[in-house]
Amino acid sequence: MGVDLRTRLGHVELPNPILTASGCAGAGRELAQFMDVSKIGAIVTKSVMLAPRSGRPTPRMAETPSGMLNSIGLQGPGIDAFLQRDLPWLLSRGARAVVSIAGGTVAEYADLAGRLSEAAGVTAIEVNISCPNVEHRGQVFACDPAASGAVVEAVRSRARYDIPVFAKLSPDVTDIVGIAKACVSAGADGLSMINTLLGMVIDTATTRPQLAGLTGGLSGPAIRPVAVRCIWQVREALPNVPIIGMGGVRTGLDALELILAGASMVSVGTTIFHDPSACTRILRELEEELTGRGTERLADVVGLAHQARTIAGRPPGPGAAARRS
Amino acid sequence: MMHSEMEAQAGPVQVRGTVLTVRRVDAYYAMTLVAPAIAARFRPGQFITLAVGGPDTSMMLSRAFSIHDVRPDHGGTVEFVFAVHGRGTRWLAERRARDVLDVTGPLGRPFPLPRDPASCLLIGGGYGSAPLFALADRLRERSCQVDFLLGAGSGDRVFGALTARRTGRTATITTEDGSLGSRGLVTDMLDQVIHEARTDVIYACGPMPMLRQVTALAGRYDIPVQAAVEEAMACGIGVCMTCVLPVIGSDGITRMSRSCVDGPVFRGEQVRWDDVGTIPFDAFGAPGWEPRSRRASQSVVNGGGSAAAAAGTGPGRGRTAPQRSDGRPGHGG
Repeated sequence: MGVDLRTRLGHVELPNPILTASGCAGAGRELAQFMDVSKIGAIVTKSVMLAPRSGRPTPRMAETPSGMLNSIGLQGPGIDAFLQRDLPWLLSRGARAVVSIAGGTVAEYADLAGRLSEAAGVTAIEVNISCPNVEHRGQVFACDPAASGAVVEAVRSRARYDIPVFAKLSPDVTDIVGIAKACVSAGADGLSMINTLLGMVIDTATTRPQLAGLTGGLSGPAIRPVAVRCIWQVREALPNVPIIGMGGVRTGLDALELILAGASMVSVGTTIFHDPSACTRILRELEEELTGRGTERLADVVGLAHQARTIAGRPPGPGAAARRS
Repeated sequence: MMHSEMEAQAGPVQVRGTVLTVRRVDAYYAMTLVAPAIAARFRPGQFITLAVGGPDTSMMLSRAFSIHDVRPDHGGTVEFVFAVHGRGTRWLAERRARDVLDVTGPLGRPFPLPRDPASCLLIGGGYGSAPLFALADRLRERSCQVDFLLGAGSGDRVFGALTARRTGRTATITTEDGSLGSRGLVTDMLDQVIHEARTDVIYACGPMPMLRQVTALAGRYDIPVQAAVEEAMACGIGVCMTCVLPVIGSDGITRMSRSCVDGPVFRGEQVRWDDVGTIPFDAFGAPGWEPRSRRASQSVVNGGGSAAAAAGTGPGRGRTAPQRSDGRPGHGG
């Protein structure tokens, strides 16, 4: 009767494809007040760094049409506090922990992977490569194939063999497929996409940028078409690489759109900010959507948009006919 | 086990709240929602968040409002006060009875109540006074004296002036245009009110500059201040890290604390008001920040650095130390 929602995060099986997006769910504790954190595929934590970090000054946030800009600056207590407090809590609740890591140098990423590998219970590592490389004039790792590959290679070599490593890609690049290939060649078990797009808002009353950090990452439904495009392109080029899709998902249908583009897991981010139980709602909606279409297994629809046939015998639309002729 | 169960019982809930009334109150709106689970858990100083704009909204951030009052009718209602500032609050003002809203609460750390009867001064700026009336009820239940000091730009923006006059032992009103009460700011009247009311403790809610001034003035008399801050929030539940401000912990270390879960009520002297909107250089995790053990050994070399200053601001909870943030620039030099 129920749809088989199981999916694979590398070689690790998850009961369903709905995850939290890094930076939108802390380490799960706050959301546990509103939903059962063990019921979704995994909690993807806020990016953990080696040292504690205070982040950027306020204002850190600006609402934009169907989205928001954030300029938090990776505020967090560092890996020691995470391992002492957050990871054990997640495991005690039966949640699967995908730990996002961030650093300023390749060595920092590698050290983080090492520390996480010593701890028990890390389901996977998501490498947030949208960080400035302090050894290379602050250029963001994710914007350069070689730098992206170097980080992924270092993390893969230090991470325990049975912990999948996913690289989180930035859409702010000329050729996302090139970055994706570099990460996979360097040993990434999968790819997460997309991170936020760099944006800016100017307050016309004060005539100054609204964020203290001037620029911020744009997220929310406004960027969903960008996410769909990136997932599509990478799936087209690397059809066997698992993808965690994210970018403006707020309903089960939105999640399905990313799945059709090629994601086998979907992270929910900004929507949590106005609906703290969004992940379980979206999971339910996705299941209903698939059931309604007579889909038996989630795996059957992953990347389906790339194929000529359509779901559940629906007649192809006029667009499809035009393409064939 | 028992303890965690009790905590769960006291925690916030996300519910569908039905609009009972939306009414104009001078320059503001007051909305009453039927939300029994939130009403049952409410303590004064806490707030709710609302999703705005309906299911296809383009507004992705929830709106946070401090709870004005809860009542037992219809199983439990929650009332909050808001001003129309932008699209989200305009949408809220257009809601009508029987509309259903997605509401989460009660959120945040409430006003702590004194153990023994005390003379309490409740200070509100604008509609920041909204949470003070439920607080006043609780204080009176504990045989506390309640005095009000409310202010705003003009008379129609002093929320609850009538209630304050009716229920407070005294009620002092100030307006910047002199249209109600005395002309000026609440802080202009603070000295006088503290003396006349023999204030033991101050509760304040309003704009940041008011809270900073109130904390500084109260510090001269060693009167503790419980200040509810109004910081811009995106989620209200502690995950987005938007609403942070520098707060000195009981260990003497300044952290960028979330006003939604660590507050919105803070002890006034723990907030580094002058540094709000910045990352103080000695804040936990600030650029160049070092772990405490290394700092402590350095401070010995320097003859008293930030760790030494921190030691003096430790667990002596009864004392106020408003000079603490003023003393900060001396650190390390």
